Amino acid sequence: MADFDTPEYRKYRDIPKLNEGIMEGSGPFIAKPAHQEPLGFPGELVENWEEVAKAKMGDLLGKYRGLQVYLDSCVKCGACTDKCHYYIGTTDPKNMPVGRQDLLRSVYRRYFTFAGKFFPKLVGARDLNKEVLDEWYNYFHQCSQCRRCSVYCPYGIDTAEISMAARDILDAVGVGQKYCNEIIGKVFKIGNNLGLPERALKDTLEDLEEEIEEETGLPIKLPLDKKGADILLVTPSADFFAEPHIDGLIGYAKVFHEAGVNWTLSSHASEAGNFGMFIGSYENMQDVAMRVRQAAEDLGVKRIVHGECGHAWRIAYSFWNTLIGPWDFLDQNYPIPQHICEFTWDLIQSNKLNFDKSENDHRVMTFHDSCNVARATRMGDKAGGQFEIPRNVIKAVCNNYVEMDAETTKEGTYCCGGGGGLLTDDLMEVRVKGALPRMEALNEVVVDHGVTNMAAICAICKSQFTKVLPYYKMPMDMIVSVHQLVGDALILTGSAEALAAAEETEED
Amino acid sequence: MSVAFAILLYVAATIFIVGLTLRVLKYWRTPAPLKIPTMPAPTTQAGVVARMGREVVLFESLFKSNKWIWVFGWMFHFSLVLAFFRHLRYAISPDNILWPVISMEIIQSFGKYAGYFMLIGLLGLLARRIIVDRVRYISSPSDYLMLLLIISIAATGLSMTFIEHTDIVQLKMFVLGLFRFDIQELPSSLLLQLHLAAVALLMIVFPISKLLHAPGIFFSPTRNQVDNAREKRHIVPWAAKLDANRGHKTKDQLVKD
Repeated sequence: MADFDTPEYRKYRDIPKLNEGIMEGSGPFIAKPAHQEPLGFPGELVENWEEVAKAKMGDLLGKYRGLQVYLDSCVKCGACTDKCHYYIGTTDPKNMPVGRQDLLRSVYRRYFTFAGKFFPKLVGARDLNKEVLDEWYNYFHQCSQCRRCSVYCPYGIDTAEISMAARDILDAVGVGQKYCNEIIGKVFKIGNNLGLPERALKDTLEDLEEEIEEETGLPIKLPLDKKGADILLVTPSADFFAEPHIDGLIGYAKVFHEAGVNWTLSSHASEAGNFGMFIGSYENMQDVAMRVRQAAEDLGVKRIVHGECGHAWRIAYSFWNTLIGPWDFLDQNYPIPQHICEFTWDLIQSNKLNFDKSENDHRVMTFHDSCNVARATRMGDKAGGQFEIPRNVIKAVCNNYVEMDAETTKEGTYCCGGGGGLLTDDLMEVRVKGALPRMEALNEVVVDHGVTNMAAICAICKSQFTKVLPYYKMPMDMIVSVHQLVGDALILTGSAEALAAAEETEED
Repeated sequence: MSVAFAILLYVAATIFIVGLTLRVLKYWRTPAPLKIPTMPAPTTQAGVVARMGREVVLFESLFKSNKWIWVFGWMFHFSLVLAFFRHLRYAISPDNILWPVISMEIIQSFGKYAGYFMLIGLLGLLARRIIVDRVRYISSPSDYLMLLLIISIAATGLSMTFIEHTDIVQLKMFVLGLFRFDIQELPSSLLLQLHLAAVALLMIVFPISKLLHAPGIFFSPTRNQVDNAREKRHIVPWAAKLDANRGHKTKDQLVKD
């Protein structure tokens, strides 16, 4: 299958002994000039890169309090050392959160602190050279910016912030990652990560409408660029064609239809994902996000609803107001933006949706908390709503639900292994190994409780698990969208099913 | 010797205060452009104060993380606080408003034994640093030296309490004199001199070392931000400047549409 071994499940979840240098390598494919330049980055490694890198680091230190405080504050207590899924899966100490941070911190100390300038050996400070740069490139692309370490650090040091800064520095000297930067270019040029042009998107949606009508007998629409719609749905472009994402999209459409709301998708903002965050570039993140504001203004919508996507929901929930706000032209009676799970849960609570839960009886479900939803966002109006609301939705539509080990869910959830710009085939080894802790927890509930499927609310999680599950000898279609479950159980008014149910009631 | 120690302590205190102030000002002035609280996070400012309180007093995150580090780390820090208050009696006179507090039995007697707890905590942390392969891997010489420095402070302090007393009355004259810039005689005790020298060194390295975790925690955006991004627009000056030009990479596309 591949030139690396899938890690074995650990018997007692013991912390693995470290193996120095085991994940040393050249890192993911490097961006070509054509991928770099549209984003405003030099095409290849610039001649005076040491100076450029130091200047960029200084610039970021002055702009990001988190970076400055985190590079100073670590006491090397070791609390984070066993918390990263990439360390557990690879056993490379540079994949321990502090080990990863130190790659950057050592250079910071050398050039920006008194101790590092005068006593480098004493405080572990290093000169910046090509080896260090290569190491940055390799190991900062083995971090999915999942923030699990930030939960356990006594000072809240967030390795995601360090990784983003490091990637921003790498881009500034001309060494970008092909996967992320090529995709961001596609968004600027075409409007989504997949490079799906408007025409193709329109055709896809029309085909899908036909399919849904065949299944339900109802004219359930997936409107595109409908001016004057009330709701703009922004969703990851994977929802338009990838499995199991597309079943989630069908689920959203059914919910919108049943709720009787006037909604639309946008070809201009046909992507919720925002890889600008992965590369730590505020400007690129803002430019990608801006398409959503432009589409909302252009279509004259009143509300924005956000599809199932993890890092994207982080940007929407936590960053949109900053990047592309204020949202003064939208209806202030609704959360801006609103997650599709919040939307559906509101309808369920006000008894506007009816379900036949037995439609999901062939499934025994568990739920994977997507890292960025869990640790970087919220749903509803109470802290922790991001855990409760998706579970409530699942339990409202499924009879069989089992939790995975509490150490691996909610705020302690493990990343799927493919987040933060790592969802590319040239990082397959990292992805498979990084999935180990989640696969262990999943396997446990499969063995103990007969779990058949795992639901997720993130496009990356869904793609990653589809690819990685077979490495752990589990079927790739175990992973499903939450709104696939919703769509399967939803009783649509006017459908044959609903009529039959009504007749039954009358006979009673 | 008294003069030398007086100068050392003046210099150390100056470096400590000025260095720390500059660092805190730097943290204060550096903006946090994005909302990045580690969720679930409090949705109110009062909630953030409570979260920070639990973090600083109880080491909440560390408790979640690793019970051994928590036990040793908390023992050390809590003892340090007690010892600090106990030491205040050497530095303030009985007419000070703080006197009734620091002369309380609880501080004076617990403070006395706190030294042992401090030493146990520090030795525990040192042992982990040496024994656990992951912690050994991330340790620099300075990480060991910092522990040894604080261990030497605790050890010399304990020795003076329980083995070889020094002349407390004379020491207090010396300390009170320092505040008046009137240098008095320092008791000629080697233990005391070592103790004071180590403390001075600690103050000197504080603003240039990982001891900055003390002010750092209060400025950590993952811990001090309110979860209210949807309700309230968070924008810092450098980011606000970019707003005028935002979306420029897609403008042409929009016009064509």
